[in-house]
Amino acid sequence: MHLTLEFGGGLELLLENSTKVHKVEVTTPKDGQGKVTMKFLLSWVKENLIKERPEMFLKADSVRPGVLVLINDCDWELCGGLDAELEEKDVVVFISTLHGG
Amino acid sequence: MDSSATDGARLPPPRAGSRLCVRCGERKAALKRPKTLEQICRECFYIIFEDEIHQTIVQNSLFKAGERVAIGASGGKDSTVLAYVLSELNRQHNYGLDLFLLSVDEGITGYRDDSLETVKRNEIQYGLPLKIVSYKDLYGWTMDDIVKAIGLKNNCTFCGVFRRQALDRGAALLKADKIVTGHNADDIAETVLLNILRGDIARLSRCTFITTGEDGPIPRCKPFKYTYEKEIVMYAYFKKLDYFSTECIYSPNAYRGFAREFIKDLERMRPRAILDIIKSGENFRISTTTRMPEQGTCERCGYISSQKLCKACVLLDGLNRGLPKLGIGSTKAGARADSDGKQRTKRSERNTSSLQGKHGNFDF
Repeated sequence: MHLTLEFGGGLELLLENSTKVHKVEVTTPKDGQGKVTMKFLLSWVKENLIKERPEMFLKADSVRPGVLVLINDCDWELCGGLDAELEEKDVVVFISTLHGG
Repeated sequence: MDSSATDGARLPPPRAGSRLCVRCGERKAALKRPKTLEQICRECFYIIFEDEIHQTIVQNSLFKAGERVAIGASGGKDSTVLAYVLSELNRQHNYGLDLFLLSVDEGITGYRDDSLETVKRNEIQYGLPLKIVSYKDLYGWTMDDIVKAIGLKNNCTFCGVFRRQALDRGAALLKADKIVTGHNADDIAETVLLNILRGDIARLSRCTFITTGEDGPIPRCKPFKYTYEKEIVMYAYFKKLDYFSTECIYSPNAYRGFAREFIKDLERMRPRAILDIIKSGENFRISTTTRMPEQGTCERCGYISSQKLCKACVLLDGLNRGLPKLGIGSTKAGARADSDGKQRTKRSERNTSSLQGKHGNFDF
């Protein structure tokens, strides 16, 4: 599945070369009827993209409180949060609110 | 990107864009408001967000027509959104304010120099004149110099004390009647908690005031007092506002960090918690037997101070005499050993803690 992932608000600093936009191909998980959920995506990001301080991005099995998530420019809290199912070409944005203002 | 139609499907889990805005009932909801849990669309969000800030300004009589207002601008999300919204509201509602951007250059290579570039772009984007005051000019020291002299411990104390005064001095140069800062509801809830944790009664009673320093030369106010950080960041994201987000390179403030994390955890479980903590802070009543610090002015520089010399002058003295520890640490503990203990404890209260400001933000 092809997805576009964007990291902002300082989260990009946790990734290689501080790149903000990542066009990725996520292999569909074998279990769970081959669906890519946000929960699956988070662990995929942790394994494949995060280079340092994963605790700035994740806490328990979700994002760290204070990190905003948008799926196709819609607050993930309206899309089912961790259970939201992603589709081909979806755009997922992660923004940290934890940096100074 | 939003290709799915508004089919109103109730099938779990709902796909992005399948819910309608509860306000207009027409467009797809784009976010869930932490304050009310309402699902609203982008357009309605802009209207509500700006209107709530307008109401806050009006109900608290934050400004008078003709005033010169300096916006404390760090280049970060809060002050960038504040500059944008305030200039919009000033136009829409004819506040009649002269708005300025006021930035402090602490002299932190790789951090403040980058964020100041953002403020310089904001100057052009929003058409607001910008004034930058630097620690180097005001105090003869940059933060880089200070860290070289004292190391990574306590440097935030210097930065916090100096920044507070630098903002006042910059505002005076601009002949500003008021300073506004981007402190949001999350920041204030966090500060209420910190002041409780530190037993800082003077600050606890003051930190929820929307306007402070009315007895001083230039009052400060916080138009975002009731505005959630989530909404500020969502607003900046949807409007594609240009802001800078990097942590200060000199040591994170661990104690404040814990309070922050705690607030965010609470917010996830019950978003109203943030407003409720502010309300608790507002409703604290200080017992009349608690001695409160008295305000005077610094003998050397004339800045407001509860002691003979203001904190900035004490710290500067230490730096210039090669004794950077001067004025650092537990003035209260030191005072206890003093023969005049009670008096000094009383006086030192107001000076001990503005020091722990969140980086990239301004202190209370």
